[in-house]
Amino acid sequence: MSAAPWRRSMNGGLRGPTAAGAAPPLAAVVVTSQGKPDVRGAAGDAPAGFRRSWQHLRAHHVLVGVLLLVLPFVATPFMTFQVAAQSLVLGLIALSLTFLGGYGGMVSLAQMSVAGMAGYAVAILGVSSTEVSLGWPWWLAVPFAVLIATACATVIGWLSVRTEGIYTIMITLAFGVAFYYLVLQNYTVFNGFQGFQKVYPPQLLGIDWRDPRPFYFLSLFWALAGYLAVKWLVRTPFGVALQGVRDNPRRMAALGFHVVAHRVAAYAVAGAIAAVGGVLLVWYNGLISPGSVNTGWQINILVIAVLGGMRHPIGAFLGAAVFVLLQTFAIDVIDRERFNLVIGVVFLAIVLFSPDGLLGLWAKLRSRFGPNRTVIPPPTRH
Amino acid sequence: MRLTKRIWMRSMIGAAAAMAVGGAAWAQGAPIKIGVLATLEGPFAAGGADGMRGAELAIKQRGGMVAGRKIEMVKASSNANPDVAVNAVRKLVEQDKVDIVVGPLSGGEGIAVKDYSKTQPNMTFINGGSGAQATTLVNPSPNFFRFNTEGAQWMVGLGKAAIDKGYKRVMVIAEDYAFPYSQVQGFMAEYCKLGGKVPVKAWVPLGGKDYSSVIARIPNNVDALLVVLGGADAVNFLNQYEAAGGDKPMMGGSITVSQDVLNYRGKRRDSLVGTMSAGPYADSFDGAEWKAFVADYQKNFPVSAGGYPSPSLFALVYYTNMKAALDGLDAVKGDLSGGQAKYREALSKMELKMPTGTVKLDANRQAIGSTFVTEVVKDAKGELTTRVLRKVDNVDQLLGMKKEDFQIGSRDVPACP
Repeated sequence: MSAAPWRRSMNGGLRGPTAAGAAPPLAAVVVTSQGKPDVRGAAGDAPAGFRRSWQHLRAHHVLVGVLLLVLPFVATPFMTFQVAAQSLVLGLIALSLTFLGGYGGMVSLAQMSVAGMAGYAVAILGVSSTEVSLGWPWWLAVPFAVLIATACATVIGWLSVRTEGIYTIMITLAFGVAFYYLVLQNYTVFNGFQGFQKVYPPQLLGIDWRDPRPFYFLSLFWALAGYLAVKWLVRTPFGVALQGVRDNPRRMAALGFHVVAHRVAAYAVAGAIAAVGGVLLVWYNGLISPGSVNTGWQINILVIAVLGGMRHPIGAFLGAAVFVLLQTFAIDVIDRERFNLVIGVVFLAIVLFSPDGLLGLWAKLRSRFGPNRTVIPPPTRH
Repeated sequence: MRLTKRIWMRSMIGAAAAMAVGGAAWAQGAPIKIGVLATLEGPFAAGGADGMRGAELAIKQRGGMVAGRKIEMVKASSNANPDVAVNAVRKLVEQDKVDIVVGPLSGGEGIAVKDYSKTQPNMTFINGGSGAQATTLVNPSPNFFRFNTEGAQWMVGLGKAAIDKGYKRVMVIAEDYAFPYSQVQGFMAEYCKLGGKVPVKAWVPLGGKDYSSVIARIPNNVDALLVVLGGADAVNFLNQYEAAGGDKPMMGGSITVSQDVLNYRGKRRDSLVGTMSAGPYADSFDGAEWKAFVADYQKNFPVSAGGYPSPSLFALVYYTNMKAALDGLDAVKGDLSGGQAKYREALSKMELKMPTGTVKLDANRQAIGSTFVTEVVKDAKGELTTRVLRKVDNVDQLLGMKKEDFQIGSRDVPACP
């Protein structure tokens, strides 16, 4: 793997566009958080790294795991379903953006549209209360939906990788808006403004998978699967090369890597993650309509990803949890019509004080109050 | 971060409190919690805020008490998206533990909340402002009530008025979604039956601003146009139609002839006199109860405090549904025991006295009520205003048709070319 030594040299020198996005006052932290996953990812080759990952299991991993497993048995059904499960589903969609943005350096606003395509495909191919639906069984409709959405994501990626930075945002936004207007105005396939109602998960093994607890575990399973898949993927040769492409595409091309292919593949992977999230989201809502894929939601996904921090896959889920909590409970804090102000102020505060999102905030707090170990991280430390 | 934590804390305390209250909710004297959902965000934010005012007005008129118990209103907001509406209602029911839900505001939301209501059979859901026909016609829910009439019912009476005015052929120009379909159906059901013809229906995309292609399609041999567009879009249409040299008289849908249109300053301003429309209320209605309602609204929500000069459609429908909720509570003396069965029974049988007339429910728990046909006139100062031509009572959801003949309005239903 020729990328490893190259990667190490890169860490000391040039900064990619994403690193440049972090603010100068946080330089020590930036090095920390950038150094953490990247150096380790490059240190060994992929399969061995994956095997070794069990040795990296630490107290806080176990703690979070136990909490996640116990949560549905102590929380109310409302907290389990609306807060926890929704956070996991939205986090999964945001994870696809974290992967694209954090490791591929491409910020795509079309991830919600890709999720929406999967959701729409489930509704159209599967069962709903609308006569447009084809009524396929779920085991046929769901894989097809994920496949269709992934294919669309690949096409979107293929068309957008020729652009950089703000232009990628623009072109993916354009795709998202185009998809919104397509579903809004097409009645024969997408049922227009009305969309599809009663799109529910199947009753399987005698369990209603839309009950709070089963749905929570379903979401948890796929969220965990997505999270581990991304963690694993960024340490494979492909993942490392992708990070190289993020930091210096010209040098990678000179080294013989196919830059466009790596980027399109990243879009495909992110598309598959978003598609799974989209299927879960349509099941969670029980319906899909153009409002589910409008510009507001496209930006919400970006907000979630930025809020949590794009440096690490866990940021997407942290961001989603904060986002869902705010959306649900801000109206209780200020019960007037001004509750959106609270949401806006919190977002602004987080982004202002920590451009690296909640993860950055955490790292900052640790470096200030914790043992003095994070300024130069030991390579084995997670 | 700290704020997030506080929200956590509050929600936890709130959950604990809600549980404690939930256990004691049946005790006499405990407040009755009513959740109200309206669109405080998104495209109907202004309408949603006025809907809240309407609901508050109904509570204020009772001094905040019903059957000796205090009324506690819990607000929730959506942005007119059905998924957001269901999330908000779920929070009201499962987190805030309200006894009754009033809402939501728009059509798609209404269908979604109706579907959700089936999962909570011991709760009572009363509509807010939503007017999709399918909500109560297709798979109605036994615990979802709607005391406001809907889009098709609102247009009843206009068809006859058009025939009386001598319009034999009418072209329809309307936005391409469920609400205008209903409106057009309400007009055509009556108009076609009386021998009128609708040779062309033009469905324009929602949010489109360019009507030139539609204007080019207006045939020479129609007598009038039925324009079912929102207020500002109707002005857009008027401008473009005037620029293209059009001169056909117009009729409007229930939300077309708004203040935007009456303030229109183009050359065709005078030709707007005589424009007819129909709706569930009319500013110029001179019934004593209506005038008292308007005065009460103005007193409680003066313009200086953010109210409108006179109550909007949304204020009226939220007021209607909240009043129904409270009158029902009064009828059962606040008794919500037994999964609220008695309460729902009382609601089903209720004859609701409204500022616009009496409302009662059909077998699907949908309102049978009154509509108003109005006409634009010029007042003494030269300002355009509306006057009531006719009030139609007892308009039902099937528009007087038999159940087996009735089909929900769509692009192609009904048709009489």
